[in-house]
Order: sequence, then C-alpha cells, then structure tokens
Amino acid sequence: MKKWPLITTIANDVNNSKTTAVELVEESLRLIDQNQEYGAIISVLKDKALERAKFIDSEIKSGKNMGRLAGVPFIAKDNILTIGSETTAASNILKGFIAPYQSTAIEKLESEGAICVAKANLDAFGHGGSTENSDFMVTKNPYDKTRVAGGSSGGSAASVVLGLAPFALGTDTGGSIRQPASFTGCIGLKPSYGLVSRSGVIAMASSTDVVGPLTANVSDCALVLDVIAGKDPLDSTTIDRQSGSYEDIDDNIKGRKIGLIKEYLSDSLDEEIKQAINKTTLKLKSAGAEIIEVSIPSLDYALAVYYILCSAELSSNLSRYDGQRFGYSDKTAVNLSESYFKSRAKGFGTEAKRRIMIGTYVLSSGYYDAYYRKAQLVRTKIIQDFHEVFKQVDFLIGPVTPTTAFKIGEKSDPLSMYLSDIMTVGVSLAGIPAISIPMERENGLPIGLQLMTKQRKDKELLGLARKVEELI
Amino acid sequence: MAKLSDKEILELAKLAELELTSEELQKIPGELNSILDYVAILDKVDVKNLEPTYQVTGLNNVQRDDLKIDYKLNKEIMMSDLPDKAEDQIKVKRMIA
Repeated sequence: MKKWPLITTIANDVNNSKTTAVELVEESLRLIDQNQEYGAIISVLKDKALERAKFIDSEIKSGKNMGRLAGVPFIAKDNILTIGSETTAASNILKGFIAPYQSTAIEKLESEGAICVAKANLDAFGHGGSTENSDFMVTKNPYDKTRVAGGSSGGSAASVVLGLAPFALGTDTGGSIRQPASFTGCIGLKPSYGLVSRSGVIAMASSTDVVGPLTANVSDCALVLDVIAGKDPLDSTTIDRQSGSYEDIDDNIKGRKIGLIKEYLSDSLDEEIKQAINKTTLKLKSAGAEIIEVSIPSLDYALAVYYILCSAELSSNLSRYDGQRFGYSDKTAVNLSESYFKSRAKGFGTEAKRRIMIGTYVLSSGYYDAYYRKAQLVRTKIIQDFHEVFKQVDFLIGPVTPTTAFKIGEKSDPLSMYLSDIMTVGVSLAGIPAISIPMERENGLPIGLQLMTKQRKDKELLGLARKVEELI
Repeated sequence: MAKLSDKEILELAKLAELELTSEELQKIPGELNSILDYVAILDKVDVKNLEPTYQVTGLNNVQRDDLKIDYKLNKEIMMSDLPDKAEDQIKVKRMIA
C-alpha cells in the first residue's frame, strides 16, 4: 500500500520541477497494474493521462504554475463522465459508452492541474453497498481479500487505501462514500447536498446524490473539496460555497457540543465498533468537547423512507436507458416497443430491475399516497428532528455502519444489504454534510467514525475531522 | 399492506418496460414483498400537520437569464454513441410491427 505525500506537497514539487507529472502518472499506472487482483479499477486512461502529464510538464518548463493539483493523479468513480473515454456506471447497459462531455467536478479538478488516470468500480448505477452488484467484478477489501470494500464507491475507496492515486472521487446517495471509506479505512466526505455540481454524474436518486472526495487525510480532503465546491450554471440545485477556503479550517473543539446519537448505539451495533466509539469519545472529551447523548427518534424510519424515495427517483432516472440514443441496444427486436423491453431486460442487472420495479410501484396511481407521499412526509419529520437536535449541539457523531466489512457473498438477500445503510441514509435525506474518518483499531478491520453537522457547515465539519485525526 | 401477486409483478415489469428472466421471475416477487413489508413501518408514523419534502436546499423554481448556454457537448462522440443511425439522424425500429 503506497503512501503518497500530501497533495499540496506533490503539486508544489511538480510546479517547482522537483518531480514531473509524467513520473507521477507512470507511478500511478504501475500501481494500478500491480493491484488488478483487487478489482478496484474498470478502465485506465493511460494515453490521455500521459498526454496531459506531458503537457503539464512542458507548461511548467516554460515557467507557468499549473495549479494547486498540478500533476496529481486521481481516480474517478465510473459514474462520473470523463469526456472522450468510456463511462459505464459499472453497468452492461453503458458498456462501451463514450462520454460526450466533461463532468463539472472533473473539469474543476483538471483546471487545477489534476490528472484522471482511471475509473473506479461501483455497484452498477450506485445500487448497492458492496460493489457485488457491479455488472463487471467485485472490489476486494485491501485488508482482507475475502471481504468487500463496501459500496457503492468501493473501487474509489480501495484505490485510495491501496495508494493507486493520492485521491479519488466518489458519489454518495445513501452512504456510498462514507460506508466504503469506513470499510477500507480512508476518509470519505459526503458534502452538503448541492455543494458539488452533479453535472456529468450519472443520476441515481437526484434529491440525495452528491459528489465527494475520498482521501488519505483531512488536509487532502479539504483541498479537493475546495476545488470542486460551488455553484454551477449546469446544475440548478447547486448552492453557494461558504466564504473563504475550505482548507482554512479551525480544529479547536474546546467547549463545542457533540451529540452522540442514541439510536445508532443499539444492540445490533458490533461490540468492537461500540468500543472504538467510546474510546474516541473520551479523547474528544479530554480535548475539551462536551459530549451529550441525544435522541433522533425518527431515524428509525430513515431507511424505509430512503428506499421508497430512492427507488422512485431512480426508476425515473433510469427510464432514459431505452437503447435508442446510447448504450446497449438489442438488435433482434422487430419494433420500437420491443427494442425498449429487450434492451432494458438485457442491459440492466437484477438489482437495477428490482429497484426500478419498486420505484414504479410506489409511484403508481393508487399507491402513490401510501408510499411515495408518505415517505416525503416522514422525510420532513426526519429533517425537523435533525434541526431540533442541532439547537442543542454543534456536531453529531456515531458509527457509519453496524458492522465492519462483511464477507463477499455474505448478504445474499437485498433487504439485508439495504440494512447496512441504516446509519448513513438519515444524513442523506436531510442533505447535511457527513464524513467517515478511520478510528484506532487493534488488529481487526478498519472502523469509521461518522461526523455530521448542519447543512452548509462543511468547513466546520472538516475542522472536527482534523481534530479527530490528530487525536487518533 | 397488500402483497404483490405474480400477476401484479408482471404488470409492474410491463409498466417499467422490463422483461424478467425466468430466474428473476422466481426470485423477484418474494424480494419485492419483503422490501414492501419492511417499509410498511411508516404506517405507524404520525404525519399530521407535515408538508412533504421535495428539496432540502431551500432552492425552488431556480431560474436563469434566457441566454444561450454552451454545454460543451461533443457532437461527434454523441453520434458515435448512437446504436443505429442514418446519416446524421438517430435511427429507431418501426413503431408499428
């Protein structure tokens, strides 16, 4: 597992000609090649990345500064469009699809000199928590190859932990950045909803989808967020940045109130996770924070609300895959209608079909009020409860998942897989920022701590994350 | 809440323009029903006086100036992604069999 220097250091070295972008990209490509057994990478952008690296090096030679991420290789989840190269969302229906435009997040990273070297594996379209629903392969946990790396951004998380590149981009709809970060032991930030543009991101559930960084440390995370955050004319749901830089964070927690969520510390939580949280809580206390146990009763309903809304939204978003304009198209169909049915039947995996059908059901006439509208109402209750609790505390903490990384093949029925999202979906429904940060562990698997705060307070969240990083 | 019968599952697949393999037909009904059983816990929640949430940012009916936006779409790539084409047009199967 390669350990890269801080991203700022790498970029400075490139800008000062102490190293070259070509050397960095070659190193990253070599590591990707050596670690194929982990199944983290779907495609490698070798020629494009090297070409860009050469360009960056030549600009630096002629005296230019190429930005805060100059020459820094990174890996993007394969549901984020990279112009001119294959973007599959790990689905058969998009196999061979070449992105005709650049996603805003990648454009912003490239404008600061970063170089996308590869596309990472995921559960097809983001549907899952283990990458076992990828139509291509399963990503293995870097600490135990018989276990999952989590999902859906499992390829991105494993890439960072294996050190294939200094950072990766993921997306989080119900926990898809935080859960794999927790399972593999890296940092995964789910920003406030709307803080990072979704333009060029293959949509799953539009009301909770966010793009965020997976990194080896909090400083890198803040830097990447600072580059990708902000309003985008191509995504009308984007919100304003906080003033100043996201790197300018205050990690003083003296007198800060931190709420420990009671509902997340139930009996179903692994003992080892409980202990890790207790230990970290004590450290936070001795660093001057005030720890208060809080209750958010409606969180018990968050998973049910999430799976109704998420399925509804994705059934609509996936209706564009009809085999006519892009993606897999069945050649045996005799008419247009049959072409839709056959293309979707062969192009979508079972999990996508299952979710599309649930979504279609909860939106259908006669069931809409009982499921979809009811879920939207309970969502309001969850948001109100978060709002209430943030009147008492500045931050919330809790586990990311009820267990550490599970075995490949262990969760064979969809509901038990959905239940592994139980501690991450509440945050997604409320649109608030949350981060998973690895805690101290003895010999076992990585355990993430989830830190949460109010909407649009991502900078404050990074401050607490830095403190936790320092204490652990 | 009501259990979905196999017939309703097939109807649902039709609405979603999906065909199911025989293996999926074996598995999916039970799985969908267990998911629907699970989400039925929402029946217990009192939602009196609550309004539904459709967005979390406070942004509503976002408008922009009526100006041309460059989406920077690469037309050549878009054309090459087409499953079937005739000159520079999308070609689809006949509508009526």
